[in-house]
Formats: sequence, C-alpha cells, structure tokens
Amino acid sequence: MSNLFDLLVAGLATGAIYALVAVGFTLLWQTSQTINFAQGEFVMLPAFLMLAAMHAGAPFWLAIILGILLSMILLGLAFKMLLVDPMMRHGVLPLAIATMALAIGIKEAVKQFFSAEASPFPSIVPTGDISILGHIVSLQSIGVLALAILAVFGLTALLSRTSLGHQMQAAAQNPTVARIIGVPVERMILLTFLINAFLVALASLLITPIYLAKFSSGEVLGQAAFIAAIVGGFNQVRGAIAGGLLIGVLDNLAASYVSTQYRAAVPLIFLILVILFRPQGLLGRAEERTV
Amino acid sequence: MKSTLLAGALLAFAAATSAHAQAIKLADVAELSGGGATVGTNWKNGIDLAIEEINAKGGVLGRKLEVSHADSQSNPGVARAQVQKALDAEPYVLLGPGYSGSVKVTAPLAAEAGIAQIMGGEAAELTQGGNKFLFRTSFGQQSSMPKVAKYIHDEMKAKTVAVVWVNNDFGRGGRDVVIKELDRLGSKVIADLSTEAGQADFAADVGKIKAANPDAVFVYLNEEESARILKELKRQGVTAPLMGETTLIGQKVIDLAGDAANGARGHVGLTTDAPVDLIKAFREKFSKKYNYVPDHNGLKGYLAVYMVKATTEKMGKVDSKAFADTLHGLTIKAAAEPGILMDVTFSETGDIDRQSFLVEVVEGKQVVKQVLPKVK
Repeated sequence: MSNLFDLLVAGLATGAIYALVAVGFTLLWQTSQTINFAQGEFVMLPAFLMLAAMHAGAPFWLAIILGILLSMILLGLAFKMLLVDPMMRHGVLPLAIATMALAIGIKEAVKQFFSAEASPFPSIVPTGDISILGHIVSLQSIGVLALAILAVFGLTALLSRTSLGHQMQAAAQNPTVARIIGVPVERMILLTFLINAFLVALASLLITPIYLAKFSSGEVLGQAAFIAAIVGGFNQVRGAIAGGLLIGVLDNLAASYVSTQYRAAVPLIFLILVILFRPQGLLGRAEERTV
Repeated sequence: MKSTLLAGALLAFAAATSAHAQAIKLADVAELSGGGATVGTNWKNGIDLAIEEINAKGGVLGRKLEVSHADSQSNPGVARAQVQKALDAEPYVLLGPGYSGSVKVTAPLAAEAGIAQIMGGEAAELTQGGNKFLFRTSFGQQSSMPKVAKYIHDEMKAKTVAVVWVNNDFGRGGRDVVIKELDRLGSKVIADLSTEAGQADFAADVGKIKAANPDAVFVYLNEEESARILKELKRQGVTAPLMGETTLIGQKVIDLAGDAANGARGHVGLTTDAPVDLIKAFREKFSKKYNYVPDHNGLKGYLAVYMVKATTEKMGKVDSKAFADTLHGLTIKAAAEPGILMDVTFSETGDIDRQSFLVEVVEGKQVVKQVLPKVK
C-alpha cells in the first residue's frame, strides 16, 4: 500500500510534466493545426540554454529567466515565423514532417555545440522530505507537481476567464468569424506559440534535474506527451492535462506491477484502445470535417 | 626555378609519405555518442593523451603512433560495422569498444583478422570463449564481483540485498556472478530488479527497493543511469547502504548525481583517486589537457596504448600477428614502463591481475578505503 502511494505521487509528478508538454501540443493544434513532433526537443533545449547562461557566469535565477525568454524567442516566435508560417500553406502533413526534421536538427545541434554526454542540472525545488498521511514524500515530487498544476490552472484561467483567453479561443474555433468581429487572429496565434514555448521551458526546468540534461532526453518526453494529448483529446486543454497525469501514473504502475521491460508498451496499448473505442480521446470532442 | 620548386615539392611529398608509412596505425572504435558517450569520450581522450606522450618521446621503436577514431553510437550493430571498416584498413592493434555488448559482436571479427583487440568491456563471458586475440584493460566481472559480494556480506553485514542491474550484456553478466556469490556467502537477494539501458525514470524501481526494505542495495547500471537512480534513491529517502562497481562511483556519476552520490561505495579496479603516484600524475595531465577529471575509462584508454607500447618493445619489432602471443602471460612493471601505472599481468585468456580499491564517495569525492593487492 505504501508502495502504491509512492508510485502514485511519483507518477503524478511525472504526469504533471507530461501534461504541461501535452497542453502545448493541443494549443498549437487548435490554433494553427500544427502537430509539433519536435515538442520533446523543445523541452530538452531550454535546459541547455539555461546551462549556457550559467556557464557564461549568470546565477541560476537569472539563467532561468534568460532561458525562458530565449525559449520564447526561439521556440515561439522564430519557430512560427521561420518554419510554421512558410510550411503551413502546403498542408498539415508537410508541416508535421518539417517539425520532425527540426527535432533532428535541434538534437544534433545540441550534441555538436554542447556535448553528447549528460550534464547535471540544478533543481529549483529544494531537496528534503515531508510527511503526508504518514507517508514520507520528497519535496521535489510535491514541488514539481505543485508548480506544474499551478501553471496548468493559470493557463486554464487565462483561457476561460480573460478577454485575451476568449479571443484566443475564438481565433482557434473560427478564425474567419473572429476576424470579422475584430479579434487580431494572427496575434492570438503567435500568443499560443509563445505560451507553448513558456510551458516547455517550465517543463524543462522541472524535469531536467531528474532526467539530466542530455541531447536525447526529449525523445521519451515528446512521445509520452504526444500519447497523453491523444488519449486525453487533442482538441481539449483539459483532455491533455488528464491524459498527461494518466500516462504518468500508468507508466509508473506498469513499471512496478507489469515489468520494466514492457513499461513503454503499456501506454501504447492504452493509446490503441482509446483510438479504437473513443477516437476523440477521453475528454475530447468529436469533430467532423467540412467537405 | 620551376624545376627547383618541383624537386622541393617532390622531396616534401616523399618525406611526408615516408613518415606516414613508418607510423604504427591503431584503430579505435568507441561509444562517442549515445548512452555510452561518457565511456567512449573518456576512453578516446585517454588514448589521445597516451599517443601524444609517446610520440613526444620518439614513438615506439622509433616509429610514431597514429590512431583513427570511429563512433559506435553505443550500438552493437554500428560497432560491428565500424570495426569491420577499421579492420579493412589493417591496423596494428584494434582498441575498443567499451561496451560489453559491442565487444561481444566485434571480437570474432578481430580474431578472424588475427588482430589483437584491447577493449574496455567487463562482462565475464567475453574472455571465456577461447578468443586468443581479446585483452581487457580492467577486471572482468568474474574477478571483481566475488570481491563485491564478500564486502556486502562481511563488511556491510547485509543479510538481505536488493540487486538492480541494467538489462544488457554488462549488467546481466555482473548480476549473474554477484547473485551466485551472495547466495554462496549466505546473503539473501530479496529484490532482483532489471532496468533498461537509457532509462530516464527510476521512480518505480526505487519504489520496489523501498518496499523490499533490504539491508543493502547493489546497483549495477551504466554511468548516466547510475546518476539518475542515485538521485531517485535520495528523492524517495532510501537509507540502505549502496554498493556498486566502478560505474556507481565514477567521477562522471558523482558530477551528475551531486549530493545523492555521497555515501555510495564501490569496488574499483581503476580510479583516478588511487593513492598511486603515477595515477595522480596521469590525472593531473589529463585534467590539464581536457579541463575535466577523467573517470576509469580515461585510464583504460591510456593503459590500452601503453599495453601496445610495452608489448611491441618486448617483441622488439612491429608484428601484429605475434602481438597477441607476446601479451599472453606478460607482466608489465610500472617501474620499467611508467605509462602502465601499476604492475599488471595478463593471463592466457586476456584477463588481468592487478591491485584494486574499495572506494566511498565522501562529500563529492572518491575516497579510497582499502587497497586490495594483486592476486599473484
């Protein structure tokens, strides 16, 4: 029982990070029909930007700020203007393939300019334990979970409670009508790219102390977040959140109760079941294409 | 004027060609990227340092050493292709790879070509197949694991042990020997946990260790995974003493795991913290050249080149076919060849006998607790 509690806490902490990344997937899909297969590498890169800032002499807090700002410029603004906008007119598939190429490019560039070896990364959450319901739980797990949930709730509040959020939703749901009623659609789309960049930078800050900074660390995260987004519902932010948490917990339970060798297969089997029996995802909306 | 220039150019070309022909060519295939990048990079840098030193002192039997490095990408399939390519160029000796799985698939190629292969793998089975061309640079698991099991049983007084290992040739080999030895000594293995190479998340594995509540944990993973599990063990508050081998308490692991590495212990065949003057000098030279402290793989690469030098000088000629025969049964004394760092003897199977160390990580540094002498 104690083991189950530990597994649930660890799974939720990892799952919360998957959720952050998965939310980014759904945001980009909703506003610009971009399936970003470089999302995992987008999580890997900010940690290296922060490390580079620290190597240049910046203290950790300043490196975090610089890392997040640079991520928003590179992975938000530049990604949209240099890759998504030119490729979008050729359709969803060429764009998806272009993001695959980008993933390889980012990985190889980090390997070339930084190192192929893993590097340590400081933790924003202090180490130590606290007792919850008689169970010893690490502060790091709680901190990661709390920060990720805070970010997700902040985003949800922005989308549903503010005028800016309503404009973003309008731009996502029906850009033509949104333009007619005066919503600056292009600016709203750019904003979702910047939000995605912020979320991946935050995920990077939280996961890298555990996974270590390594050029290949985005592969696992990208795949897990992609599965989470489909399982939860690609067209719903709350679906991505639920999917992320579910995949995190499922992965940990599978590793413990099934086998470490088959842990990666369990979320994939779950994904297949969802696609077969509820293709719109657990919390997603069924969509029909106009013909 | 034109003819003078032409003659000069021809002369320069002839001199360059002659120097090139005289060089002794070594081929290195190592894990320069992928999961074993730490291993391969240290190994490669150790080789380069040794070659630079040897060439600066006039080379081997008056001939310079040259090495070509190829990347196995930590993948046995790629390693095999790279070794085949390297052997096609007819090197004097093949160096590497470092991963046991890659050594296993490449050793038959080198043996078939009759080229000696000096490698970094530690899996017990590598030297048990009768290959006459394969040589270790460090202890095989059949030499190190009995020492580890004895320490867990006698010094840690552990009646119950959790064994965590990586599911590859290296991990499986170590796990099989240590479990057999622990059983023989009377320590009970209450958790036998296999993990995957490149695994990032160890929460579930550590959860199982916590649930089993053993007296000691034996951790046998590759470097990066060792660092990740050390962090997770600390995160989940596992207090049982940790024992491992070189891969648990190597410098790179300490750098990656930070505080979480403190208290971990391990049996180490080679460590740059050894209380041996020649090793201290090596560490200083390496750190100065590459700006970081090497782990045991840096030592292995360095020793591999000095094995080539000492064996060749013993033969008095550069003869790749006679190389393996000469190295079998050879004892190289550090007093005669300082580059070999410690006295070492090579058995007929290519295994080594050398002194070793028991190390504990204290405040981010390896501290040698015991020196275990050479067996013979």
